[in-house]
This record gives sequence, structure tokens and C-alpha cells, in this order.
Amino acid sequence: MAHKKQKKSKIYAPLRDVGFGTAFTQGNGITKLSALIFGLGNFLHKQVMRGFIMLAFELAYIYYMVTFGLNSIKDFITLGTRVQEEVFNETKQIYEYVTGDNSMLCLLYGVVTIFLTLGFILFLVTSVKSAYITQKKVEAGKPVPKFKDDLSSLLEQNLHKTLLFIPVTGILCFTIVPIVFMILIAFTNYDRNHQTPGNLFDWVGFDNFISMFSGNGVLANTFWPVLGWTIVWAIFATFTCYILGMLLAIVINREGTRFKGFWRFLFVLSVAVPQFVSLLTMRTIFNTNGAVNAILRDIGIIGASQSVPFFTDPTIAKITIICINIWIGVPFTMLTTTGILQNIPKDLYEAAKVDGANAFVTYFKITMPYMLFVTTPTLITSFVGNINNFNVIFLLSGGGPESLEYYYAGKTDLLVTWLYKLTMTNKDYNLGAVIGIIVFIILATLSLLTYRKTGSYKDEETFQ
Amino acid sequence: MKKQNTSSMRVRKFITNSFVHVMLAVLGFIWVLPIFFVILTSFRAEGGSYKSYVLPRGYTLDNYKKLFDGSTSLTFTNWFFNTLIVAIATCLLSAFFVLSVSYVMSRLRFKMRKKMINIAMILGMFPGFMSMYAVYYILKGFGMLEAGPLKLVALVMVYSGGAGLGFLVAKGFFDTIPKTIDEAAFIDGATKWDVFRKITIPLSKPIIVITLLQSFMSPWVDYIFAKVILGQDRKYYTIAIGLWTMLEKEFVEYYYTQFFAGCVLISIPISILFLILQRFYVEGVSGAVKG
Repeated sequence: MAHKKQKKSKIYAPLRDVGFGTAFTQGNGITKLSALIFGLGNFLHKQVMRGFIMLAFELAYIYYMVTFGLNSIKDFITLGTRVQEEVFNETKQIYEYVTGDNSMLCLLYGVVTIFLTLGFILFLVTSVKSAYITQKKVEAGKPVPKFKDDLSSLLEQNLHKTLLFIPVTGILCFTIVPIVFMILIAFTNYDRNHQTPGNLFDWVGFDNFISMFSGNGVLANTFWPVLGWTIVWAIFATFTCYILGMLLAIVINREGTRFKGFWRFLFVLSVAVPQFVSLLTMRTIFNTNGAVNAILRDIGIIGASQSVPFFTDPTIAKITIICINIWIGVPFTMLTTTGILQNIPKDLYEAAKVDGANAFVTYFKITMPYMLFVTTPTLITSFVGNINNFNVIFLLSGGGPESLEYYYAGKTDLLVTWLYKLTMTNKDYNLGAVIGIIVFIILATLSLLTYRKTGSYKDEETFQ
Repeated sequence: MKKQNTSSMRVRKFITNSFVHVMLAVLGFIWVLPIFFVILTSFRAEGGSYKSYVLPRGYTLDNYKKLFDGSTSLTFTNWFFNTLIVAIATCLLSAFFVLSVSYVMSRLRFKMRKKMINIAMILGMFPGFMSMYAVYYILKGFGMLEAGPLKLVALVMVYSGGAGLGFLVAKGFFDTIPKTIDEAAFIDGATKWDVFRKITIPLSKPIIVITLLQSFMSPWVDYIFAKVILGQDRKYYTIAIGLWTMLEKEFVEYYYTQFFAGCVLISIPISILFLILQRFYVEGVSGAVKG
């Protein structure tokens, strides 16, 4: 720990970590004024470019707010007031559509404006801090960094800003803003009856959540069974693939097995085929008229006109999907565990052998604990991945067989495929958003409980 | 007494070994069977979809030829090149994103670092396409969904936009490169950027290969995002939605065997790529500099 602290003080200049509070209260008048006129402190201390850039951002934000932003905040609160309507045009003698507000766009622009405002606040803080740092440097008689120095610091102590800028912008545009937008939709009544631009939707608070969880409504009657199957599926899918894949890796890697490379190749071949190809193929193979039923008819297990309802009977469909997932997942586990198995210290096994332990004991006392220790993060990731496993369900069964008791869901639908159906097919965006939030809560709790306890999170500096 | 013991052990070993090999052969057979089914059906001469038998009665190359003659609205050649372009662009962009972010998170220390890692983990727990609808409207707002070629650009943006979030594996890899190497370089007067370019990247071949491979593959296998963004215009489909279309009710009778031919054509290059590069998977998981 002492070692770490020392390192830190070497890397950071003492002023770099100054907070906004100290900068503002301890700064002089110019520094304080920099909160109002961005970059002022830099301007006055001959950092013209830096000051100019900050001021330009401030002016751009103010221009945006005046022309557009303030309105969009207002619309964000009301979600639009004018409904699109037909108005009789006296001069042309026809009915014309008068465009009303579009609640969806009101919401979206509102979110964008909020994010721009957050960025503005960030700039305000930067402006004051930067003015304060420059002020301190001038007072101490140190040289004030020129714009050229600022630029070259982007490859040195500010390298993280350079490298993160584009990726973080991407994440902001395509992940964070959309997620915030969808979270907000969960609190509106944006469903099939409130479609834009013809109709407006409005804030409804927690109504959607209440109808999802409680009562004997059709929504609650769909939600709980789907949630149950999602969890059952995730547990089975994760652990069957994990255990069987590891066993396969052990069997292939054991001393007496010959042609190790060949066996590995056989199984890896199925990983190499793109997943949608193998899933769609499996769907056709297990179809009512597919290859498996054809074979079963040929060898007389079922009658000539009969077929096993692989995807049409709820229970059998679930079992089929889990089995097909084993076919897909086991080779992958085998591949990733092979390397780890080879890393287990050999002397552990020799010591066990000397003590007279048999294969089962060594497996449960050495292999299993070691593997669990190393692969817990992978196990959690694959559990999370299975809760969100859209492809397997959607491409294999499409969620079917359909059920009339359910609200637009089939018996094998996971929460995520139901979410997809609700938003893309049914346009019940509010319900979709609610399910998204629930999935998030489940995953977040799970990961918090387990992931933070694992070694790779706590001891990330072990190797350094 | 002792001799007898070893010979009985040898017999037991022989039995176990034979059992293991027979079991592996059976399992291997099950695992390869569907692949054979795909290949056989792709050469099937009889048209139509499902048959009451499994082995084709006649073999032909027509299914492959038909994919490329462009006589219908299902234009496999277009799909192939669309996907290839999208895949290459996505591959380069997102690999760059992933590597930058993971280097920053692993090597550089700054105030927001831990917070950013936590935020990234939290974001990763939202179902990816919960926000698909919002992404769709954001892209529409940019005017990216008007013309076909622009839709492909939009697809690249969607695939690589959030790529920076997938930095954890690569970060774990970078964490295993000893810091002393960096420090030695700093003493020789290198900047952090030099270290990133000249030391970290060259040492990280396995993880770069994995990142490139995974981001190259994702456009080939993605169905949902492509479906939403590309809409109805079949000319601009990617392989995955194109092939899916062939199995839709209106096409399946005619295109069933061609579907499998398309699957074979797609699987061959990807499989070869994967089989060549699979050893990097193991190296990527187990770290950079050994010992």
C-alpha cells in the first residue's frame, strides 16, 4: 500500500486532483468569474486557445438552449399537448392534417438536452478548475503551459482522454442515451393505443410495473411463468454446458486417450460453424417433418403419420431447446477449459496418487475446486448471457408453442424474446421497457452478489 | 503376486481406454452429424422442403449455382458483399475501441477510472436490444435510414458504437503484462503513447486476434439488429437475415436446399478462420508473458 501511494504522488502533479469546491472557494475573482464566462481565467493568463475553445462551447450551448433546448425541456415535461387533428381548410375546401406534437420525439430531444446540459456543467467545472490551476501557477511563478503543451499532454498524462474520447462518444450515443430513453418509456403509457404521431402518450408513473407484478391480470399471468422459465433455462443451460464441457475436456486430455487433436477437432468443428447456421439447421432437423422425425418413422419408433412434437409441445420444446444448447455450448466450454486444465499443477495429482486417491476423489478435491476458482467470472458471464440468450430461443422455437393464456408470448419465450415481441411486433414499448428494467435488476443483483467476491475483481493488480 | 497385479491393472486400463474411445466416437458422431446433414442437403437434387427421408436421392451443384445467378430478389452475392464490408469496417473500428479502452483501464491511472469500470459493468447488464428501438430513432434522426448504402453504415455504427464496453477480457490480458517493462521504457524517454504503440500492442497479439475475430464474426451472425435497421430492402440484407428469409413460409418450398448451400458457403471461410486462430483463444485467456 505504501508503495502504491508513493507511485501515485510521482505520477500526479499536486494540483491535478483539486476539486471544484476548493477551486471555486479558494480561487480569486477571475477564477470565480470563469464559472460565468468559460475560459476567462485562461484567456487572461495567455492561454488563448484553451480559453477560446471553452468559450466557444459555452456559446454553442447557450445558442442551442435558446433556439431549441428550452422548448424541448418544456415538451419533455408535458410530452406534447397538441394532438394531430383534421382541420377544415376553408380556402381549399378540404380537410387537412395539422401536425401535432410527437411525444416520442419530445422525450428523445428532452433526453438529448439533459445530456447536453450535463456536458455543460462538466465544462463549467473544468473551466473553474483550469482557471484555478493557472492562477496558482502564475502566483507560484511557474511557467504556464502553452496550447502546444496541452496538445502534447494528450499523448502523455492525458492519454486516457485521447484514447477514450471516440469510444466513450460511441457508448454515449448508442448505449447510454438509448438506455436512459427506454428507462423513461417504462414510466409512460406508450403502447399500441398511444402511437405517435397520431396520438400522444403521457407519464403514468409506476402503473406499468404494478400491472406487470400484481393481480390476476393477463400481464402478471404471463410475467411470472416467463420469468420462471427464464431462470430455469439459464441454470440448466449454464451448468449442463459447463459440467459436460469440462468432463469432455478431461476425458480428451487424460493420459490414456489417443488422437487428442482429432477428437478436439471433431467437437470444435461445431463451434466453428456460425451460430445462426447451426441454430436454423437444428430447427429444420427437429421440425415436425424434419430429419429426426423422418428417421424415427423409418425405424418404426413412431407411426408413419406421427411425429414427436419437438417444438410444439411446451414441455418437450423446453427439453429440446436445452439439449440443442448442449450440442452448441459443450465444445466451447471444452475449448476454453482445456487451457486451464493444463495449468493445474501436476504435483497436486501426484501427491493425491501417492495418498491412494482414485479418479473421483481427485476430480472433486483438485480439479473441480481449481476450475471453479479460475472460471467463476466466466460462469457468471455465461449465466448472464443465457438469461439474455435471444438467439437460441428466437432462432430455434421462436418462443413457440404460442399460448392463449399468455400476453403475446409463447411457452418457451424468455424475458428477452418476450421483450422483443412486445416492442417490435406489438409496439407495446412501455411494457418492453419494464421488462428490460426487470432483467437488468435481476442481473445486477446477481452480479453484485457474486462478481465482487471473485478474485479477478479484487486482485486486479496481482500480476503487476 | 506382483506380476498378476500389474497385468490385471493393464487389462483394466485397456478396458477403460477402449470404453473412453468408443464413447468419444459416439459423441463425435453426434456432434458431426448435423454438419453432414447440412452438406448433404446442400447437394440434394430434389427440390422442395422437408422430405420423408434423410439421405438425398440425387446430387447436384445447382443449388450453389442458383445462389449466384441473381434471377430473383434473393440476391446472395449482394448479401455476401454487404456483410463482408460491414464486417471489415466493424472489425477495425471496434477492435480499435476495445484495445484503446482496455489499455486505458489497465495501464493508466486517473480519477474516474474505477467509476468508469463500474459504469461499464452496469451498462453491460441491460439487455442489448432493450434500447434497439431508441437506437433506431437516433439513427433515423441522423438520416442514416433513408438510403440502402447508408443503412449499412448505420449498421457498422451500431455494431461498433458500444464496442468499447467489451474491454474486460482484453483488460485482464493487459493486466498480466508486467509494469516493469513500461517503466523501463519511461526511463528511456518514451511517452505513454509510445509505450502503447510499441510495447503493449506488439505483446498482445493473442488478444488482438481474438478481438478482431470476434468483431469480424458478429456481423455474420447477428440477426436482430440487422433486421431492425435494414428493414424490408432485400438488396441490402446481410447474410444472416438473407438466409433466414429463405426459410420463411413464402420461400421455403423453393429455397430450402439453396438455404443449406448458402450455409455451407458461409461456414467454410469462418470455420477455417476459427480453426486457424483457436489456439489464440487459449493464449488469450491465460495471459501474455509467462514466467
